[in-house]
Amino acid sequence: MLSELDKRIVRAMQGDFPICAEPYKKIAQEVGIPVELLLERLTLMKEQGQIRKLGAVLRHREIGFSANVLCVWVVPEERMEKVAANMCLNAAVTHCYDRNTMPDWPYNFYTMIHGSSREECEAIVDELAIENNLSERRLLFTLKEWKKTSMSYFTE
Amino acid sequence: MLGLTEFDKSLLNLLQGSIALSQRPFRDMAEKLGSDEQTVIDRINLLKENGYVRRIGAFFNSEKLGYTGTLVAVSVKPDKIASVAEAINKYPGITHNYERECDYNLWFTLLTPDSETHDRIINEIGALPGVEKLMDLSARRKYKINVRFNLK
Repeated sequence: MLSELDKRIVRAMQGDFPICAEPYKKIAQEVGIPVELLLERLTLMKEQGQIRKLGAVLRHREIGFSANVLCVWVVPEERMEKVAANMCLNAAVTHCYDRNTMPDWPYNFYTMIHGSSREECEAIVDELAIENNLSERRLLFTLKEWKKTSMSYFTE
Repeated sequence: MLGLTEFDKSLLNLLQGSIALSQRPFRDMAEKLGSDEQTVIDRINLLKENGYVRRIGAFFNSEKLGYTGTLVAVSVKPDKIASVAEAINKYPGITHNYERECDYNLWFTLLTPDSETHDRIINEIGALPGVEKLMDLSARRKYKINVRFNLK
């Protein structure tokens, strides 16, 4: 598990990254450690995969990807690996998860698909269905965004 | 709103990838773009002000920080959707909450540091007035998380 120092670093890095000439120096001062140590810990956290990405996530509507849909699929277990690998290759698919099912909910594969319009999202789903030879699927379009934030770790 | 120049698109494409772990990361980025540090900094700040950027920073693998994530779908009586959504939004571990076109009409993500917290929150939400059914759809495997758009 994470050391107390790494938890302090996570807390300092989960907000807005300073956009200035020496951003890590600013964060290091906040954490109360030398910048060299901060860079060393961050490099290690990136190598070990605790940090997935250090960069920007854009507002997709503002850059022309105004529609998105959660598409859930029934994928036969024996084909899961292959179908997942193939779907991941598609740039319009941003998330791919294998999830457990429920008695009245047979869908075991979840994809988030982004496009410029609802019609484009539907067309991408149709293509994915043909490419992967999948028949059962459901498109769950968003009616309202009630909440969308970033997680604050180690604050409880 | 500010229109995106070719320079902005190249900058945003780089910025979505990776900020260098170096003393002067924006100088490194400027070199790749054939620009200078101050221009890159000013432009990023302008793009942020104009609403193109959701967040710049570190994005963590929650599992590797010791958290467990799940996706929960609830079926809520239509006249109770606002009150249930607002109650759900109060939990800090719930970061995304969407109303969707489905009989399970509310879908939210939940991150918790331990199974006791997870069970408590699921039970509390399941007991909210208007909640008829709840599915806890934990992930068996994550194949891809890559919210990155190629701007052309």
